Amino acid sequence: MSFWHFLQLNWSELLVLIGQHIKLVLVAIVIAVAIGVPTGILLTRYRALRGPVLGIANIMQTIPSLALFGFLIPLPFIGGIGARTALVALVLYSLLPIIRNTITGIMGVEPSVREAAVAMGMTDGQVLRQVELPLAMGVIVTGVRVATVIAVGVTTIAAAVGAGGLGVYIFRGLRQNDNNLLLAGALSAALLALAADSLLGLVERRFTQRKPAAKAVGRRLAIALVLILALIGGLTIWRSTKPTNRVTVGSKDFTESILLAEIVAQMLEARGVAVERRFELGGNLPHDALTSGTLDLYPEYTGTAYTAILHHKPITDPRAVYAEVKQEYGDQFHVEVSPSLGFENTFAILVRGADARQLNLKTISDAAPHASKWRAGFGQDFMSREDGYPGFSKAYGLKFAEVREMDLSLTYIALSSQQVDLIAGNSTEGRIAMMDLFQLADDRHYFPPYEAVYLVRQDTLARVPALREVLDKLANSISTNDMRRLNYEVDGNRRDPKEVIKEWIGGRK
Amino acid sequence: MNDAAANHQLVQFHNVSYSLPNLTTPIISDLNLSVARGETLVLLGESGCGKTTTLKLVNRLLVPTGGEVVVEGKSTTAWDPIELRRRIGYVIQEGGLFPHFTIGRNVGLVPSLLGWDQARIAARVEELLSLVGLEPRTYADRYPRELSGGQRQRAGVARALAANPPLMLLDEPFGALDPLTRASLQREFGDLSRRLGKTVILVTHDVREALLLGSRIGLMHRGQLLLLETPDRFLSSDNPQARAYLDTLPLTANVGEKA
Repeated sequence: MSFWHFLQLNWSELLVLIGQHIKLVLVAIVIAVAIGVPTGILLTRYRALRGPVLGIANIMQTIPSLALFGFLIPLPFIGGIGARTALVALVLYSLLPIIRNTITGIMGVEPSVREAAVAMGMTDGQVLRQVELPLAMGVIVTGVRVATVIAVGVTTIAAAVGAGGLGVYIFRGLRQNDNNLLLAGALSAALLALAADSLLGLVERRFTQRKPAAKAVGRRLAIALVLILALIGGLTIWRSTKPTNRVTVGSKDFTESILLAEIVAQMLEARGVAVERRFELGGNLPHDALTSGTLDLYPEYTGTAYTAILHHKPITDPRAVYAEVKQEYGDQFHVEVSPSLGFENTFAILVRGADARQLNLKTISDAAPHASKWRAGFGQDFMSREDGYPGFSKAYGLKFAEVREMDLSLTYIALSSQQVDLIAGNSTEGRIAMMDLFQLADDRHYFPPYEAVYLVRQDTLARVPALREVLDKLANSISTNDMRRLNYEVDGNRRDPKEVIKEWIGGRK
Repeated sequence: MNDAAANHQLVQFHNVSYSLPNLTTPIISDLNLSVARGETLVLLGESGCGKTTTLKLVNRLLVPTGGEVVVEGKSTTAWDPIELRRRIGYVIQEGGLFPHFTIGRNVGLVPSLLGWDQARIAARVEELLSLVGLEPRTYADRYPRELSGGQRQRAGVARALAANPPLMLLDEPFGALDPLTRASLQREFGDLSRRLGKTVILVTHDVREALLLGSRIGLMHRGQLLLLETPDRFLSSDNPQARAYLDTLPLTANVGEKA
């Protein structure tokens, strides 16, 4: 599909994402200015505080954004998932340039001018409002400009905590190996950054050089741009107003989870239940959101729940894992575990099909002798969990030449483009066939069972009777082959998950 | 000191000293002087002699570390500093104009701080600009950077005069100007302050300016007042510092006659 064609098909969704993006940046910058400028002013009055406060703001800026989101999620009031967490992070990132430039701007006012102001009999407040701030405004606006451009960039990461924005396209594009999505997301973000930069550049120039002639045009242009931005922002706010009694369905940040979430969402909607979708949540976010009540349900795998959430040592009996998970989730979290959906998504240790044929590899044990010459690429999830890389490499006695930790969906691309030689993917991944990859058999039965289930809050089940009906209907109804096919429709054929699921539900009736 | 004398003396320094905590030598030590209503006192001295500090002690930009400065019969520390400063005109080099205000707004600043209504301020600005020789219609809406140094200095004087303060402080007001502009501005300022009956304290390192404008000249050196004399007595002084200044004048006789 050409990029142009893609835009024609998706422009309305793209506009919504741009709108969310602008709204996030705008709100964050307004808050950051409201906090940062007064803080900067205060620091020009109390010099002793300057070092510590600027130090803290500096450290904030060095925290990688994903890590910052990680810190924020478990916090009450400011944390959780969605726009609020993203805003907190954005504000924290924006503070430093704004505070620093406020100080620089005010300290840069000529001493003789300030002294003249005091000597004229101005009060402290008058000196600040009539002399220092107006003269510092150019420098302060520069700070806001820098902060805004940074914020446009950081906001793309906000998609990881379900805040929306152009990051949704970028993450989805990476996952589905779809350049159109990537391009649409990244290009729009870049254009947005440029637009914000030049818009604030105009404002800045207005404050630094007081040429009456140039003022009029610049001001009119600036007002027009601000109006357009406000309009887009207003539209998204209006669009996001939804009924209050609804089920919030979450998903993890990979296609299969989105598809499983979409299935429940559409089946609920068919029964007249309002659904809010909070998809593509990274790491342990869905679990935290479920237990905090932000989500009502999301798809999970028994093995993941057993090891990553409940912190048990991996075991291989599927029935024991399911029973234990159901028991503990009910006791600890008041969360019910649905019946198994009928397929497993276990870790698939993958190599290139060509290598498998050439070296005659069938099992992981077959591959072990070659590992010392191989580079391995693993997702962050696999690297960090108990039943992931540490236990796996020990169980098979694997020692790789190099182990790279990277984004899970990028590992497939890295493998097929020979950047790495072995990866840990998902058994239901649609791209396995498409990219001619070969799944090595887990001959030592290392990986615990990963049956797909839904985790549902008990209070939601009581509140929405239709939900129980949907879950019963889905029990044992999706085979591994079904799942691979659905994944392939999205990842391979680049189709919209909503469409794919609609078709699938239609075909089952 | 009785009330009549206090009223006659607009500014008085009683044993004033001023020092900074991290400096061993005081910037001003044991300064005594009085400025009578309507007189122009010129403080003459080289850079760092304490003359600017002396000026700033009057409008309480600085507070003495010893002794007291009395303005209109009240110690500067007893004054509300804001009220005190609004009663004192202050002119510094290049006028100290606010670069982001028009000339009109600069000149009307103190009246607007005092809460005058717009019409009265506008009338006053027009009157003052005319008084200092700046055509109001041409200059009121310009910004300081669009004016020459001499014009800025005129505007600075107009601003200091705006609320009709009895006392004017001038810190090397004509220092940055070319000699011709300086000479004409000095003459005009002398005429103006005499006509308006202002009390003036002017700080300069230019002995010619001191002789031209001062009704008395105070010679300062290393934080002390060496000499306080009328211009003609200053001319005949045998104080070595004063002589050193006078020796720089090629036209001593002419200036003396004029004063």
